[in-house]
Amino acid sequence: MKSIRFARSPLLSERLPAWRQRLLLVLLLGGFAALIGRSLYLQGIQNDFLGDKGRARYERVIEISATRGRIADRHGDMLAVSTPVKSIWAIPEDVRLSPAQSRDLGQLLDMDVRELNRKLGMERDFVYVRRQVPPELADKVSALKLEGIHQQNEYRRYYPGGEVMAHVLGFTGVDDAGQEGVELAFNSQLSGRVGSRRVIKDRRGNIVEDVESIKVPQEGKDINLSIDAKIQYLAYNQLNKSVLANKARAGSVVVLDIRSGEILALVNLPTYNPNNRLRLGGAQLRNRALTDTFEPGSTMKPFIAALALEKSKVRFDTPIQTAPGKLTIGSATISDAHAHGQLTVAQVIQKSSNIGIAKIALSMEPAEMWAMFDSVGFGTPIKLGFPGEVGGRLRPAKSWKPIEQATMAYGHGISVTLMHMARAYQAFARDGDLLPLSLTRLDTPPSSGKPVFSAQTAREVRAMLEMAVQPGGTAPQAQISGYRVAGKTGTAHKLEGGAYANKYVASFVGFAPVSEPRLIVAVMVDEPSAGKHYGGDVAAPAFAEIMAGALRTLGVATDAPLKPLQMANIEVVKEGM
Amino acid sequence: MARFNLVLLLITVACALSTVSANHRARKLFIELEGEQKRMRELDVEWGQLQLEQSTWASHARIEKIAREKLGMRAPVAGQVIVIDAAAAR
Repeated sequence: MKSIRFARSPLLSERLPAWRQRLLLVLLLGGFAALIGRSLYLQGIQNDFLGDKGRARYERVIEISATRGRIADRHGDMLAVSTPVKSIWAIPEDVRLSPAQSRDLGQLLDMDVRELNRKLGMERDFVYVRRQVPPELADKVSALKLEGIHQQNEYRRYYPGGEVMAHVLGFTGVDDAGQEGVELAFNSQLSGRVGSRRVIKDRRGNIVEDVESIKVPQEGKDINLSIDAKIQYLAYNQLNKSVLANKARAGSVVVLDIRSGEILALVNLPTYNPNNRLRLGGAQLRNRALTDTFEPGSTMKPFIAALALEKSKVRFDTPIQTAPGKLTIGSATISDAHAHGQLTVAQVIQKSSNIGIAKIALSMEPAEMWAMFDSVGFGTPIKLGFPGEVGGRLRPAKSWKPIEQATMAYGHGISVTLMHMARAYQAFARDGDLLPLSLTRLDTPPSSGKPVFSAQTAREVRAMLEMAVQPGGTAPQAQISGYRVAGKTGTAHKLEGGAYANKYVASFVGFAPVSEPRLIVAVMVDEPSAGKHYGGDVAAPAFAEIMAGALRTLGVATDAPLKPLQMANIEVVKEGM
Repeated sequence: MARFNLVLLLITVACALSTVSANHRARKLFIELEGEQKRMRELDVEWGQLQLEQSTWASHARIEKIAREKLGMRAPVAGQVIVIDAAAAR
């Protein structure tokens, strides 16, 4: 083999100019430098874009759902619970359904095929086919694998209490936000905040690493209401009976715990089922105990008596002449339902004499009366957070004429809600002070409230109110076997178009046991029209039933002998729950 | 010197492999954790549904209906109740 003779190639023997070699070197090096520079730029300085592209291949941002808080009663019984459901939605443009498929879908969703086709034929980008369907059903729908039909997670709220709790709880809309009642009042606490986090997913879709939490989710807080479900049901049941028996238009009951100011029951009729809100009318929605004011009638009298005692205008047994049952003030005449003779102040309350209390009221200054009404909370909304709460009507004292001052003493020309009345009676049931009301369970109840009357005055009014339910009073039907009861009836004409009509509001507000008051029960029946319309006949029996049942439920010690009551309506009292 | 380098190389390889396996184990455990957390959420949902069911079955209206109609119970009338003094009973 001969040696290779490249070197002797005639081409090589020709010496090339040196600049060609150098130019090539410079060009190549320059090319490398540009590449290195570019890669340095992309890797080191301007690396966001490629970094994002890379991360997009393995990282995902996922949403962390948060459930709305549950609502329970004071013993932990569930009153409102959210459970996940799915909503089926579609992009009409993408939907391609064969007639058989539409039939299947319609059948699954319990929808008419024509209705379904109408929805899917709409000229919109987004259409809800059906909202809030159970998850199992949604799985069946997704098993059909229909093009253009999608699902989304939502929550639906269930209210096992149904009609009984409707006004207390209210309800949420399809978007899971509170619209009425506690759901609205406590919406910010109940509603959870959806969070999100960034994770790394593997090929199979498993999350293999948590990268960061973008937004911490916040679960809705559970709420324990002050409501006692058992007492609430009892109140609902008795009010329902009372409204039906008296052919009344509406009614309300409020039960308060005197020792803590907690609301144990709040019932209104007519009511509705919050789980099925089709054909819901305004009348059913009204939370009457808080939003509807009425002229309370005689339940107002004890406040006048208390003020007169407080101002030393009268004593417990000061005689008041109420004969002949009529009293003319200016051009107007007021009268009693039954004419009485000379009564003591206590008897004026016991027998509910309009003339007696009007005379007591006229011995005081309008400003004094106004200040007292204001201090027990009349005219100012209670502010529990419910929608539509009102304060009632309390006109400034300067505009009162004497006749108005007299009629206000027996609860006409002034209007309040039932909740106002119940709260104000705390002043008598407690030793003269008012506790703020609470809708949530209090672990440490306030020990004392805003003083309104002296303890001495409260005790004397308690004695008067106890006389009112005893024989000779207006509400013997409010008595309960085993407990001493005190309370006051109210029967008021309703105002219609500025004039008093022949329609009534019958009410009763009372508390028991008198020796150590525990509960206030206030009952209001609107337009009883089955013959009876006095508070003592219409509202007092319901009061007795509710009070007896509630005291038994709470295990309150008796303070009177347990013997059958000597009354004509003994059957009513016996039949409890 | 070459032997020492070989030992170092082996150590490095062993470290690398153990990192791989540790990472793998961590991911497996993480998947398990995710699974358990998902299960926790599902159980929470189920708990809510069971609470709902309990509330429905134990509704006072239903209990009263059964007590009255099926079991023939009624509330005691005034004469049938005896109050026992807790202090005296002891």
